Amino acid sequence: MDASLNQANTAGIVARAQELFDDLSFTAAREWKAAKPGRKVVGYLPIYVPREIIHAAGMLPLGIVGGGDQLEVIHGDAYYQSYICRIPRSTIELGVSGRLDFVDGMLFPSICDVIRNLSGMWKMMFPGVYSRYFDVPQNYRDEIGGNYYVNELAELRHDLGELRGSPITDEELRASIAAYNENRHLVRELYAFRAQKPWQTPAAEVYLVLRAGLVLPVEEHSALLRDYLAAAQAEERPMRDNCKIVLTGAFCEQPPLNLIKSLELAGCYVVDDDLLLVTRWLTENVPLEGDPLQNLSHAFLHHSESTAAKYEPDEKEKGQHLVRAVTRAGAEGVIFAAPSFCDPALLDRPMLQHVLKDAGIPFIAFKYAENSGQMQPIREQAGTFADSIKLWSGA
Amino acid sequence: MSTVIVTPKASPKEVLKDASMVKQKDMMAAHYDRLTNAPKTGAKVAATFVPGNLNELIMCFDLVNNLPEVNAIQNGLRRTSGGFVLEAEKIGHSEDVCTYVKSDIGMMAKGNLAPNGEKFPNPDVLLLSYTGCFTFMKWFELLREQYKCETIMLHTPYMGDGKVTPNMIEYMVKQLKEEVIPKLERISGVKFDIDRLREYLKKSAKAEDDLVWVLQSAKNKPSPIDAYFGGIYYIGPIFGAFRGTDDAIEYYKFLREEVAERLAEGKGPVTPDGDMGKEKYRLVVEGPPNYTNFRQFWKMFYDEGAVVVASSYTKVGGTYDFGFRHNPDKPLETLAEYCLGVYTNRSLPMRIDMLSNYVKEYEADGLLINSIKSCNSFSAGQLLIMREVEKRTGKPAAFVESDLVDPRYFSAANIKNRLESYLQMIEQKRASARAA
Ligand code: SF4
Ligand code: SF4
Repeated sequence: MDASLNQANTAGIVARAQELFDDLSFTAAREWKAAKPGRKVVGYLPIYVPREIIHAAGMLPLGIVGGGDQLEVIHGDAYYQSYICRIPRSTIELGVSGRLDFVDGMLFPSICDVIRNLSGMWKMMFPGVYSRYFDVPQNYRDEIGGNYYVNELAELRHDLGELRGSPITDEELRASIAAYNENRHLVRELYAFRAQKPWQTPAAEVYLVLRAGLVLPVEEHSALLRDYLAAAQAEERPMRDNCKIVLTGAFCEQPPLNLIKSLELAGCYVVDDDLLLVTRWLTENVPLEGDPLQNLSHAFLHHSESTAAKYEPDEKEKGQHLVRAVTRAGAEGVIFAAPSFCDPALLDRPMLQHVLKDAGIPFIAFKYAENSGQMQPIREQAGTFADSIKLWSGA
Repeated sequence: MSTVIVTPKASPKEVLKDASMVKQKDMMAAHYDRLTNAPKTGAKVAATFVPGNLNELIMCFDLVNNLPEVNAIQNGLRRTSGGFVLEAEKIGHSEDVCTYVKSDIGMMAKGNLAPNGEKFPNPDVLLLSYTGCFTFMKWFELLREQYKCETIMLHTPYMGDGKVTPNMIEYMVKQLKEEVIPKLERISGVKFDIDRLREYLKKSAKAEDDLVWVLQSAKNKPSPIDAYFGGIYYIGPIFGAFRGTDDAIEYYKFLREEVAERLAEGKGPVTPDGDMGKEKYRLVVEGPPNYTNFRQFWKMFYDEGAVVVASSYTKVGGTYDFGFRHNPDKPLETLAEYCLGVYTNRSLPMRIDMLSNYVKEYEADGLLINSIKSCNSFSAGQLLIMREVEKRTGKPAAFVESDLVDPRYFSAANIKNRLESYLQMIEQKRASARAA
């Protein structure tokens, strides 16, 4: 039974989300699977997969975003050189240590060469598991990239239908699209509320609540979001003299929770971010009428988030999503936080910084690893940044 | 899947000594002159990448091809890349990212000079053939920001499941027809002529035959070539701006004749120090080389009598040894197929297959991986590749680390040590095989 429904206050809801976050064995997903015979779980990595298709097959989409700072990586390091980011090695660790032994399929989205190659490694290391590199178009015309993508979606739909033993129907897909539309709508509402009253919704809480959506069935997660939103709106919390910032670059390997907390402690309210983008990748509701795959494709091509792994065909548009995020959330600055050795985030960064400079938006930048322990330097940097923003805005 | 290596029929002819080297040098010099003279001649310039480069198509529009990776290599060999990388880091690029990009950006910041000492022209178009590496996309977004010129994206889907599907080909052909070609027509002012493309493709296939013959000559014992260090020179024209030209046909004809002669005489490869001594070890190498200390790196091998008989790097600009040739009868489909098949666009299991087969078919003593700090496309997963190839072939494998064009990551002592212990390991294996 959904525990969150019984929790009226944010503390209770967050505690439940924290419990899911801390559980490196994915007990909730295991229990979901065990509850009915024939249930299947399909894992996916950042940044985006159409979870609707997995859900339509009656399966649980399980978001896997690395091992965090609590996982002891014993085997994973033997698979990667020191100059490769942490997330693939901790993901391998999760696999090799049996923590993902209940997972029936794995999807590796097109985000970078590391995840791409990990898809092949998974095929080699776990031959019994359905695993697929999920490519997405970098051409955004419906008749070109769209056609290609619809066929890729159809192949995924076919494969998952095979895995379950019966084809996925259009009706099932529509029902799933509706469920995810609702979920995305709630996430957007939460983000909008946070932008207005960040003291009511601390970044670490929002993160945990969002993160719960990676392991819970979407219906249950939507209920959790609704509860949290209601509780956060009802509760009066002290407002601090913090500045408001947008956090960017953290779309794949996750920063430690402590890092997110440290930013607020250092005086920066996070009012928008690119954490766990899958939860709001599609920026508008996907229509329910018409062909569901066409609709998913159309949404991907024309109404989806911008991020480093996506080609921006229009030079003038490059980085503007960040400027818009700043304006929308009323932010005063941007913090670039990228995982060490993350090519997409780090190659994108100078371009984004130029755009911010032109727009007169202050920023700072640092790197992290999912298992970074020392927060002091980051806290100091963020603190200085917050102070300088306050100084400028006071001037 | 398993890979079958197709060997074209050998027909060694009369020999022209070192004609290929002279030819290549002239070709490169003429090409750089063509590039740097572009502002005077009015020629338009397309910048594009080696893997998945569409040289035949580019030529159809009278565009001159400028390859930033080749420029980075030149700067590595001439030891200027280190300074460029630092320059790029100074202006805000992360120390963690691909040094090819930083060498290029640093070179721009320092005047953008070609090897002939003249300034590179600004490109009229960036043809982003996005094949086998995510960095390419960011690299051209970064260049676009500087040059403010048009960028054309040709997205090559990744062969994640080890196969080319009709959907992939259709997607690519559509991009070619509806995006790439119309834009190139507009930018160049030249109308597309598919028969012209067919002519170039025919020429490509001819040179490709000879290239494959040369690379596969390493199956002989002793191998008349080094298929990594030497191979890097051999792939130059066909991976660069010459595929589809008469120059390339001639170059590979000369090269083939020279190699055929060495083969007939039972000679090993030519090294910078002259003929290599006795062939003692036959290795397969995975990964790009280091360019800042290229000769020093190579010398470590030939001093020990180690010759590289096959390498994956010589397949980054096209994999021809399994039978693919540019096909003039299907001009656009063949371009798509070419892009899809380049080494870095192949899934990890395919790469393992390929390397294991190389070890077997070239009767190598084992696999050596040069892991490049810069290059996630190659490097992520190489430790698994190493273990798998070892397991499948029963031959030992080893790992060294360096970088393409950043001299900070070349530690000669380290590499030499590792290489020596690896060769000792091979000796021990041989000894125990003899004893058994
Ligand atoms: S952290 Fe960056 S480099 Fe690493 S897997 Fe994710 S996107 Fe790729
Ligand atoms: S990451 Fe590797 S393949 Fe990509 S541009 Fe750099 S060196 Fe080339």
